[in-house]
Amino acid sequence: MIRLTFDPIDPGGLLNEFSRGRLEVGAVATFTGLARAEAGATVALELEAYPGFTEAEIGKIAVQAKARFGLEDFAILHRVGKIAPGDPVVFVATAARHRRAAFEACDFLMDYLKSKAPFWKKEHGPNGARWVEPRPEDHADLTRWDKEISK
Amino acid sequence: MARVLLFGRLSDVAGWRLREIDSPLLSTLLTTLAEEDAALGEALSGPGVQVALDQVIVRGDAPLNTATEIAFLPPMSGG
Repeated sequence: MIRLTFDPIDPGGLLNEFSRGRLEVGAVATFTGLARAEAGATVALELEAYPGFTEAEIGKIAVQAKARFGLEDFAILHRVGKIAPGDPVVFVATAARHRRAAFEACDFLMDYLKSKAPFWKKEHGPNGARWVEPRPEDHADLTRWDKEISK
Repeated sequence: MARVLLFGRLSDVAGWRLREIDSPLLSTLLTTLAEEDAALGEALSGPGVQVALDQVIVRGDAPLNTATEIAFLPPMSGG
C-alpha cells in the first residue's frame, strides 16, 4: 500500500492493521517520521506532491525493495499539505519472514523517501517560508545501499 | 489544450499552479512562458528542473500534440 494523505497519520492504528492476520510473517518493522519544531524556527512544514506521479515513483522503489529484501508486504503512508511540529509526516511498515530483512527494507525505503521521492518541502517559520532542498547526508544515506550492491 | 502544472518554488515564482495552454512543442511552450514572465522563464531553465508529459519524465524537446498534462518539477526535496 502506498498512499498520500492530507489527514493526520495514526501510526499505532496503521501498525495494528498492517500486522493483522499474518501467519508466516515473523517480523514487522516500522518507521514513523515526525515534523521537528527546530526550536521554534519551524511553525509548520508543508509538503507538496504530484498526485499519481509521486505514488508511482515511490512504487518503483518499493517493488525494488520487495524483491531485494524478500518482503512479504509493505505500507507507505505520507502526509502532504501543512503539518504541525510533532505530527507524523511519514509511516513505513515492512513485513518479512525474518527481522533483518524487515529492518533493512524499512531503512532502505526511508533513505529513498528522504532524498529522492517526488515531494517539495516548504518550512514555514516565524519570519516567512522557505523551500527546502535535501541535505547532503540524505543523498549519502542513499548511496550506502549502492555500495552494498557492488560489494 | 494541455494542462500546465508547476510544483514547488516554480508556482511561487509564477503566482499560479495550473493553467491551460496550447503549444505544439515543449520548446515553444517554454518560450511562451518565458516571454510572459521572465522570472518564470529563468526558473524553468534552472538546474535540476525536470519535465513530465502525462506523468512520464522527458529529456530535451518533445511534441505536445498528444499530451494532456505537462508538469514542471523543480529538484525534489524528499519527504
